[in-house]
Amino acid sequence: MNYFVNDKGYYGDFGGAYIPEMLYPNVEELRQNYLAKINEPDFQKEFHQLLKDYVGRPSPLYLAKRLSKKYGANIFLKREDLNHTGAHKINNTIGQILLAERLGKTRIIAETGAGQHGVATATVCALRGLECVVYMGEIDIERQAPNVARMKMLGAKVVPATSGSKTLKDATNEAMRDWVNNPVDTHYIIGSVVGPHPYPDMVSVFQSVISEETKKQLLEQTGSDQPDYVLACVGGGSNAMGMFYHFINDEGVQLIAVEAAGKGVGSGHSAATTALGKEGVLHGSRSILMQTTDGQVVEPFSISAGLDYPGIGPQHAHLFKTLRAKYVSITDEESLDAGLLCTQMEGIIPAIESAHALAYLEKMDFKGNENVVVCLSGRGDKDMDTYMKYFGL
Amino acid sequence: MNRINQLFQEKKNNILSIYYTAGFPELSDTVRIAKALELAGADMLEIGFPYSDPVADGPVIQASSKKSLDAGMDLKLLFEQLKTLRQEVSIPVLLMGYVNPLLQYGVENFCKSCVEVGVDGLIVPDLPMVEYEEFYQNIFEQYGISNVFLVTPQTTVERIHKIDSLTNGFIYMVSSSATTGKNLQLSQNTEDYFSRIAALPLKNPKMIGFGINGKAAFDKACQYANGAIIGTAFVSSLEKDSSSTGIAEFMKAFTA
Ligand SMILES: Cc1ncc(COP(=O)(O)O)c(C=O)c1O
Repeated sequence: MNYFVNDKGYYGDFGGAYIPEMLYPNVEELRQNYLAKINEPDFQKEFHQLLKDYVGRPSPLYLAKRLSKKYGANIFLKREDLNHTGAHKINNTIGQILLAERLGKTRIIAETGAGQHGVATATVCALRGLECVVYMGEIDIERQAPNVARMKMLGAKVVPATSGSKTLKDATNEAMRDWVNNPVDTHYIIGSVVGPHPYPDMVSVFQSVISEETKKQLLEQTGSDQPDYVLACVGGGSNAMGMFYHFINDEGVQLIAVEAAGKGVGSGHSAATTALGKEGVLHGSRSILMQTTDGQVVEPFSISAGLDYPGIGPQHAHLFKTLRAKYVSITDEESLDAGLLCTQMEGIIPAIESAHALAYLEKMDFKGNENVVVCLSGRGDKDMDTYMKYFGL
Repeated sequence: MNRINQLFQEKKNNILSIYYTAGFPELSDTVRIAKALELAGADMLEIGFPYSDPVADGPVIQASSKKSLDAGMDLKLLFEQLKTLRQEVSIPVLLMGYVNPLLQYGVENFCKSCVEVGVDGLIVPDLPMVEYEEFYQNIFEQYGISNVFLVTPQTTVERIHKIDSLTNGFIYMVSSSATTGKNLQLSQNTEDYFSRIAALPLKNPKMIGFGINGKAAFDKACQYANGAIIGTAFVSSLEKDSSSTGIAEFMKAFTA
């Protein structure tokens, strides 16, 4: 079974580039160049240098002893929260900014949900001196205020998306419209493994550093680079794809993708895409999305801005359909409780997104000595308001 | 031969095509507006079927789509409404919309419904050429539905020829790379683009759309193409006055 992209830009039935003609030249330029440019030695050198000296990689693989004891398994946390800017998102923005420069682009746009991708994009734009415009849903601007301030301080223009549910999906629409209107000088740094081909592949390649490091670290710490389980949360799916990437062909490793159930899968306020969605096209690729029978996209809901998205990347749709990975979901409350637990047992305040992955540990049955890696995709500083309100702190 | 081909055979210049959103401003307005437009001198119609996430559209068409969806429009209802279309309207009619509703309805089902109600063609900006060619072209052709593709100032000549070979209605020249509703800026670049395409030996007629906001822009477009398409300007006018007199008044500026 091939779990990776084929030469037509598809993962099984999913993927492709469903874009209006106005975007074709840009997307085609990327498609023709991304692999060759990424593989050039000077790109690789600069990319890895920046990941090391600027982002602070490799991120630690930390054996969480107290959580391990509680769950009866060896729980390793892949510490993407320790990256510069506080989440895995920067792995991708470093890669894409280097690519944008090599394609001669001078203006960068991005969408953001939790604001982590917006901050990571504003950061690399400051680093390279490029103009930066970030689209963000009006609701997210409210619930992730600290990240809005960071983006502004970094010199980015933050534009509110006021249509639809005023969250990540709508911010993505606005970013795509901006790109339609600025077809020559602008590169769109998409923040997850969504969008038209080659974005899902490109972003997963940049994020794959997560599993590349994890394998080495596991080998050092456990004597084997094969864990029993790998867990990650899924909004669009970039931290999960980075965490899964080098394990996908290791069929003995169980991959678990955790979606946001919001107030519950059947509540009408959920973002559990694989549970509630059907095959269709959103934001340029054929995948699984939450929609009405008429093909209108359903507004998702999650307390976590980064998971509040009605679709998943096409490679996830493929891993889901082929049963290579297991897709589960966690409610708002379960995630917040898991966030508090991790904070008080390990001294690590996780992003609410990442807390969804942690929460699933509660639902697993361990025999005793399994090795489990959880991608701790980001830190919880941005979520302090939500945590404080929920726990009455 | 369908009505689109017939129109272009009979009329070579100044073809006036009007876009509007189905079910807007009132849910039941779809056929009434078509009839009023024909009476007021439109040569062709593009009826938009609304979508929740229209990435190629500006604020005016987004708002009209949202209003129509909120009122309960979907493809099933649209085809139901269009059952009386051909009792009232004889000019060519295309449907325009995004690919996901089309896929959920089923492409073959959609073409069948088009034939049943007398729709002649389809414009789906986010349906890519490769997928069309591979999966859908033979269905469209079997039902005699014209599929119209967009070209922009950035579309290469090679690609335009490919589009020309795949379509049999007309070529939709987007006036500039922009979402709908950005007023056409008549720069040297735009005119260069228009004349570059006008000079290509293409088998299909050409229509210019996006940003055609008044008579001057319409006339300019007609110098380079067989006609032009007015969308946002008309939808804005419907917001103010959607009566038959209001529509006739709007059209007078273009047909006088
Ligand atoms: C910390 C963190 N984790 C996860 C996500 C979800 O994105 P993805 O599914 O692409 O990893 C986000 C998005 O903002 C995030 O900030």
